[in-house]
Parts: sequence; structure tokens; C-alpha cells
Amino acid sequence: MAMTQAEVLAGLSEIIDEIAGVPADEVTPDKTFVDDLDIDSLSMVEIAVAAQDKFGVEIPDDQLKDLKTVQDVINYIERASVTA
Amino acid sequence: MVNASTRVVITGVGVITPVGADAPTTWQSMLAGHSGVRALTADWAARMPCQIAAPAAAEPTTLIDRVQARKLDRCEMFALIAAREAWADAGKPDVDPAKLGVVVASGIGGISSTLSAYDTLRERGWQRLSPFTVPMLMPNGSAGWISIELGAQAGVHTPVSACASGAEAIGYGIDMIKSGRADIVVAGGTEAAIFELNVAAFAAMRALSLRNDEPERASRPFDKNRDGFVLGEGAGILVLESESHAASRSARVYAVAAGAGYSCDAHHIAQPAPDGAGARAAISRALVNAGVSASQIAHVNAHATSTPAGDVLEARAIAAALGEAAANVVVSSTKSMTGHLLGGAGAVESVAAILALRDRMAPPTINLDDPEDDLGVEIAVKPTELQSHGPEPMAVLNNSFGFGGSNVAIVFTEP
Repeated sequence: MAMTQAEVLAGLSEIIDEIAGVPADEVTPDKTFVDDLDIDSLSMVEIAVAAQDKFGVEIPDDQLKDLKTVQDVINYIERASVTA
Repeated sequence: MVNASTRVVITGVGVITPVGADAPTTWQSMLAGHSGVRALTADWAARMPCQIAAPAAAEPTTLIDRVQARKLDRCEMFALIAAREAWADAGKPDVDPAKLGVVVASGIGGISSTLSAYDTLRERGWQRLSPFTVPMLMPNGSAGWISIELGAQAGVHTPVSACASGAEAIGYGIDMIKSGRADIVVAGGTEAAIFELNVAAFAAMRALSLRNDEPERASRPFDKNRDGFVLGEGAGILVLESESHAASRSARVYAVAAGAGYSCDAHHIAQPAPDGAGARAAISRALVNAGVSASQIAHVNAHATSTPAGDVLEARAIAAALGEAAANVVVSSTKSMTGHLLGGAGAVESVAAILALRDRMAPPTINLDDPEDDLGVEIAVKPTELQSHGPEPMAVLNNSFGFGGSNVAIVFTEP
């Protein structure tokens, strides 16, 4: 069953809090990981791996570098879930 | 170019050790003769001949922010905890970042991260390794993290010389200031190696005490019934500062880091030279480098680890290096209480030596029930007041020796 965008956001927020210590209420769709949430590229890799495990989708490195905002990741997970 | 006229002073100290999570607690525990040695409770300990160690007095994860702790090896947490204490103790000095250096050593580095990463790799594949695995296992990780926290840009260094590493870091820091590269250097050493591989490997060398039924009695330097060292963990950090910089901000000064002496045994990869000549040379060179006479030395915090080979050689080397003045010296091995912190030892014991100088009080060497014969120096078995022998400032010595033949001695004098 496909998850709603709100459910993906909630799951993603949990991961970001756990790994980067950013409170869930700050993780909104428009935020960029690097500039707004101050998450470095190494932590971003950790978040991507955790998201793969949680949502059951693959995020290859060449896709990861294009995921700049929280909404980008939500959209990617949504598309990947549909095709999976 | 080293400017010999530049004096280096100590303006801050910080430690986390098996007998205290900060410097004041550690020092009081040492004066009270408390042992930090415990029975090992980990499952793997049952498979080891040695089932005792001296864990840090506080779990570092309780003192470090949770998110930062995810990126840190245990030894890096110890170093940060000690560095924060030392920096605050120094009054959080205002200093040009280009003149602030960090020299923090480790004998082994992030060994627990190496081991757990290898387990993860084997069990779950490379994709599940933390992206921070490399900075967690590299020995200079602690120095790097401290430099980031303090904004230190003069240089970040990590000498590696096994159990002499912490002392060597202090020596390097003194040189950074004397050479004009830095006004302040945060220097010391850290270790977190109480893990199955390390206990097994030291046990394979037959280096560890097997006094499992009496943990607190196991570390007994200079005692006839010593049977090896006890593995400890923790960190020690000193804030070294040029005397002029310290004076400009009216900083409290513990002591002068007067000089360091080095030698190499060039004899055996893990055993001291049988005549103790290397240790003696390091002490003699430290006195010359510091411009201090043997008669000024009132106290030595010895390397003495409680191994059969090293302790007696060191005592005799101290006696030989100081000559007649050795009669006035009180020697202590605080490893009798903390166990052996490997790369952290030289820094923690330098802090102990500095506080002994401040209080004019040598800490006891516990468990010394039956001292070896012919040591040639007095070993403190209870807190012992230090005696001045002349008008010159009182001085103390810290010895640290490491596998590979490294011998380091540091001299501290009264301000």
C-alpha cells in the first residue's frame, strides 16, 4: 500500500532527528538539507541508507546528489515505491 | 627556529580517568588512594585469562551530545570531554585562531570503531558502514574534532608512540609555542582500548596482570608480587600557553612546562633495554632541555606499569640520572590506581605531576606491600609532602615509555 506524502515526511523526520538531531518540526518539505538543516554530505549518506531501509526503495548515489530538499526525497520515494 | 627564551606555562588541565570524570575528582581520588580497577563484566571476558580492567569513571556517552556521539569513537569522546574541561579551566582564552594549535595523541586510535565496523561489514555489507567510520578509527580523529570545536588553525598533530604518545604530544606542543607557531596549544592523549582484541593481544604478550580475584590489588608497581599491568582508559589534556600570552590575559598559571627529553632504546620492539639507558638518557636530556638541575626535582610521576621488567629498570634509571639528588626525590606510580591508559597515560600523569607540584604533595603508590630491593629512590606509599632543596623553583618529572623504544620525560617547574 502506497504511503501518503505526510507519512513519508513523518518517517523521514524521524530518521533526520535520529541521525542529525534536527527536531521533526523543523523538517518541512521546502527545506534544503545542506543550507537549511545544516546536514553534511556524510550524514546525508547515512540518512539515505536509513531511508532505503525504512521505505524499501533504492537511492543510488547518482540520484542522491540531486535530492536537495526534503520534498525532493519525498517525491523520489513516492515514485520509486510506485515503480517497485 | 626554537626560541629558548620563550617560556611555556600550563593554564588549564582536564582529564577523564578510571578514578574521576574530571581533574579535581581524579586528583582527590589519587590522594585518597582509590583504585579504579574492576572485574570485567562483558561476555567476552569469560574467555580471557585477564578478567580485570580500569574503565573510565563515567560513560562518555552521558557527557557528549547524542548526535555528535554517533560520529565519535569512544577515545574521541574522552578527548573531547577532557579538552572541554581544560579549555574552561584555562578561562576559555581569547586567542588568534592562527596561533592556536592542537596536539592530541593516541596509542591505538579508534579500535572499537574498527572492530564494530568490521563486524558490520561482514554481517551486513559495506553499504551499512557509517560514513564516519574512517574519521572514527583514525588516530588523529580526536585532535581533529578538538580543532574544529576550538577553531584552532595553527596546526593539528598526532604523535603516535604507543604508551609514550601522550607525553610526546605535550613535548610537541611545547615546541610549537617555543618555535613561534602557536601562542596556545591544547595537548594531551586519549585511549579507549578495553575491548576483546586488545585484552587478548596484551594477554598474548603476557603483559597483563591475572590477579582476577583481587582487581583493586592487581596494579602494584614496584611490588615484588606484581604480575603485569591493568588496562585503563580515559584522556588527559593540558592547555599550554606562552608565558607572555598568559600574562597578557592575567591567566592563572599552574606550572611551567619547562622542557622535554627524548631517547630511543633501539633494542627490542616491546621490551626495555636491560640497562635502562634509554630511560636515563631521556631524563637527563629533559633536565638539560628544561635548564633544570637534578637537585630541583622533588617528585617523579613514574611510567611504572606494574610489569615485571620495567619498574625496577625505571627506578634505577631515575636514580642514575639524578645522581646524589635522587635521595631527595619522591616517586609515585599513579597507574597503581588508574591502570595503564596507554596513549592517555603520559597526559593524565602529567596533570597528576602538575597538581602534585601545585599542592607540594606526591600521591601514593597503592598496593606496594613488599617493595623491590635496591630501587635507589623513595616510592611514596602514602601522600607525601614534597621538600624543596634550595632557592631554585621546585620541579617535577613525568616519565612515559612506549613500545617501539620510545622514552619521553617532561619537566614541570613552579611558576
